[in-house]
Formats: sequence, C-alpha cells, structure tokens
Amino acid sequence: MRLTVEQLHITLDRRPILRDVHLDVGKGDIVGLVGPNGSGKSTLLRTVYRSLRPALGVVRVGGDDVWALSARTAARRTAAVLQDANGSTSGLSVTEIVALGRTPHHGLLGRDGAEDRRAVADAIDRCGARPLADRDFASLSGGERQRVLLARALAQGPELLVLDELTNHLDIRARFELLDLIRSSGTTTLAVLHDLDLAARLCDQVAVLHDGEVVGAGPVLDVLTPAVLREVFGVTAAAERHADGVVRITYAARPLAPDRP
Amino acid sequence: MMVAVSIGAVNVPLGEVWRIVARHVTGGGGTAADPALDQIVWNFRAPRVVLAALVGAGLAVSGAVLQALVSNPLADPTVLGFSYGASLGAVLVITAATGATLGGLGVSTAAFLGALAAGILVFVLGQRRGRVAPTRLVLSGVAVGYVFLSATSFLQLRATPTELRTVMFWMLGSVSGAQWSQLPVVSAVVLSTTVVLALFGRRLNVLLAGDESATALGVDVNRLRAVLLVLSSLLTGTVIAVAGGIGFVGLMIPHLVRLATGADHRRLLPLTALTGAVYLVVVDLLSRTLNRPNELPLGILTALLGAPFFLWLLRRDKGLDAA
Repeated sequence: MRLTVEQLHITLDRRPILRDVHLDVGKGDIVGLVGPNGSGKSTLLRTVYRSLRPALGVVRVGGDDVWALSARTAARRTAAVLQDANGSTSGLSVTEIVALGRTPHHGLLGRDGAEDRRAVADAIDRCGARPLADRDFASLSGGERQRVLLARALAQGPELLVLDELTNHLDIRARFELLDLIRSSGTTTLAVLHDLDLAARLCDQVAVLHDGEVVGAGPVLDVLTPAVLREVFGVTAAAERHADGVVRITYAARPLAPDRP
Repeated sequence: MMVAVSIGAVNVPLGEVWRIVARHVTGGGGTAADPALDQIVWNFRAPRVVLAALVGAGLAVSGAVLQALVSNPLADPTVLGFSYGASLGAVLVITAATGATLGGLGVSTAAFLGALAAGILVFVLGQRRGRVAPTRLVLSGVAVGYVFLSATSFLQLRATPTELRTVMFWMLGSVSGAQWSQLPVVSAVVLSTTVVLALFGRRLNVLLAGDESATALGVDVNRLRAVLLVLSSLLTGTVIAVAGGIGFVGLMIPHLVRLATGADHRRLLPLTALTGAVYLVVVDLLSRTLNRPNELPLGILTALLGAPFFLWLLRRDKGLDAA
C-alpha cells in the first residue's frame, strides 16, 4: 500500500522535530530512512504507525489519512517492529508473541479462529521460527527475537511495514537473513537504518533526514552523493555500484570530514 | 470449601455440613439439624469461607492486572497505594467514632472510598499531557501510599488503646465478620470485574510488548490503562473494604500462576482468580485452627506461609535467569 507524507510538522516540548516533511513510498517499494542520531527518523515513524498526531500535515496509508481511520483499521494496514519491543515479555511463548499480531483483527469479545491460527503459523514458517515456536521469548538471542517480532508484524497481515533499526546489535549473518525476509515478503516497507551500506543493499530508494528536514529522496546512487555524505553524516565517502550490481558505500582512509570534531 | 466449613473451633462432620448446606440451598425440607450446628455452619462458617474465596480471587486478579498495567513485576494493590488509601478511610472512621458505635458498614464504605480515592489520585498524578507512563504511575503510587500511611500513623497515635486494637486487627485483615448480607454486593463486583478484566486479556498481553509496539498493534494504550486502573481499584477497594489490608496475595498468586502456566492473560486471569480463592480459603482455615479457639489475622499468615513457598518457586525457575 502506498504511503505518502505531506507537509508534516512535529513539535515536541516546543522544539521543532520535523519541518515540512514530504515523503512518498510507492506500493511494493522498500524505502530506507537514513540520517544522523536525532534527525527525527523515529519521530517520523511514530506518525506513520499512529502514535503521534501531527498538528500540521497529513500521513496517508492507502490514500486515507491515518487519523481518519480507527486505531484498529490503521493497525490492519500498518505493522511495525520497534525498539521498545523487548520490554517485559517474559512468560509469553514465541507463538503467543506472534499471535499478538492478530490483535487489530479482533474486538473485545473476539477469540482466535482458524484464520488467526493459519496467519500465525504462516508467519512463523516464513520467518523460519518454527523450531522456536514453543520457546519463551525472553530466552531467545537478539537475532531470534527480531525474527520473531518480524513474524508478529507479518501475522498482522499488513500492507505496509515500518521498521525501526531492525538489525541493530545483530551479527552479520542475522542481518542478511532479516533483509532477505523483508525482501521476500514483498510488502511495502519504510525502514530506519543506521548502517548506510545495509540501506544501500536493501532499499530501492532512500530518504535522508537532517535536522528534521528531508534533504534528499530517491534512488540510492542519486541521493547518497559525496556532498550529502559529507554535509549530513560528516564523513568522506562515496556510494558506487560494483560489478556484481550491488551498491556499496566506500569510506575514505581518513573518513572524518574536516568541519566536524 | 466444604472441608473448610466443617473444620474450626468446633468440628462438624462433613456429612452434616452437606446436609445443612443442602437444606438451606433447597429451602427447607429434610431432617432439621442440631440448631447450634446449623447456626455455626450456615451463619458463621459458610459466609466466611465464601467471602475468603471472593477476597482471595479479587486481590489476586487485581495484582495480576496491575503488574501488566505498569509493566512492573513488583506491582500489587499495596505498591500502588490502594491499600493505604483504604486503611486511611477505615482508620478515620474507627478513630472518629469515639464513644459512638459505628456499624461495620461505615468502616467498609470509608475504606472503599479511600481505595478509590488513592486509585484516582495515582492516575491523575501518573499522567502527563494525556500520556500515562508506567514508571511515573508506580512512583506516584508509592508516594501517594506514603502520604496516606503517614496520615494513618498520625491518627493511630491519637487513638485510644481500644481503637488501636481495632485498627490493628483491621489492617492485618480478616474475614471473620462475614455475613450473608454483604456477599451479594461483594460477589457481584468481584465476579463482574474479573470477567471484564479477563476480556481485556489479549490487550493486557499487548501491553507486555511495550507502549509504542502496543500502539502499532492498534491498542489505545492510555485509554486502556485508564480503564484497567478504574476497574482494578474498584475491585481492590471492594475486597479491602470488607476484609481489611491483606497483603502479599496480590503479589504472589499472579507470579505463582505465571510460573506454572505462562503469562497469557486470557489463561492467567481466570486461573489467578481460582488460585487466589483457594489460597485465601486455606489461609483463613489455618488462621482459625492453628491457635484454637483464638484467631490470627490473615495478613500475618498470607505472607508467613506464602513467602517461603514463593521463594522456593523463584529459585527453581530457570526462565528468570534468561530474562
């Protein structure tokens, strides 16, 4: 489902966090949201999964203003894997965690039916979490947890995936496995990524946030120019398409740009 | 429960208990029992056992909900200040009624209002700009609890020795004053809030996933917390009002059930209610038989018996190391 953000302004505690943000994620696209710490990436995501209501501007999923939809309807369209998800989940099994994804499909009196069980089993299988199904979520490793949380998001049956640093703290193999899963799911995706090289590999397009403003959006090679890498990220680097077709970021021998300490 | 009714200062044969209860339930008929036994079983013991079950269930369910509500395994009605609010209400009435006799209802109503006031106060103080932060909620509960506690202590200092004994006994909790007349209200509140809270089971599970994730799952976290807080303070207020401040049940029983069956609230809440009910019936039975014919307050026994068992369970559970 298409995601569009129009003229979005967010102010928290009288500090402007996002200024006049425009963003367009086409159906089926994977768009990486990159930018230094504190540039407003997570805040932008919050407006998409309907946690933060903008005073000015509109976020549309599938053409509808997310705040014109009910919380449950919006959650049937958009699923998120976020940074807070390792809270106090001790005591729930992997299957129970994935089943949380069915919440927006039920009212207060709703009980899990055959369709819910099928969606949960399917999501677990797609994420290769079948061997973990009966384990306590709290006993899993970091990579296993992210895999299960992605399964939870897929069980939601979403048409838009919102991911906040899905691959943080994971070893290299777990990172690539998760990226493959996202690609193979075919779902429209907006992913916050710190690792530029990973963003270049996963995403069709990237949007760069800097001090609450979008300073560039489009194909990776067009956007991550040496000038942007220097001014926004403070490093001397270049994005290049290698012979195998993969876009990689190459950092200079002394990558710290001179105007930064 | 039948066994609990039969044992006490005077032991009544189990068969006799069945006959007496059956006669009252079916409304007369059958052979009339010894009037003294009938009095003991039907008017003293039976309502007491039923009340113990209701109070145990209420405290345990409320503890389980509060633990999820504030994402804190230490939460229970005491930590969130409800019990101290109820104490203040009760002590206010007990000490203000010097010379005059105030009915048990007066103390109960005051305790109920005290618990409810504490619940509302904690909720108001625990939110900021419409967002209810779990940590702020717990800390507000603790602070409100201390304020109520100091007011209660001040009143106790000025109380007469007789009043002080009444206060003391109330605060440690008891179901010895149970009467059939109070059971309809208590059972209606305990049963209805427990059923409603169990319906929220799926949403309580979602709260475990963290606030932002819960929002992304379509749950209005702030409204959910408000509803749960009102329901659980209503539930706690009602049971504390009739039984006094019985500690530890609300903390221990939910953890015990969670260790045994996992944290899915759709299963956890009904089982917690059941376990809490059985536990308090047993504790009440012990409280009136250990030191016959005198009675021990429930609050002393719930912790004295429960804590060692609870600690043993905690040491056995390997899952806690991984968390």
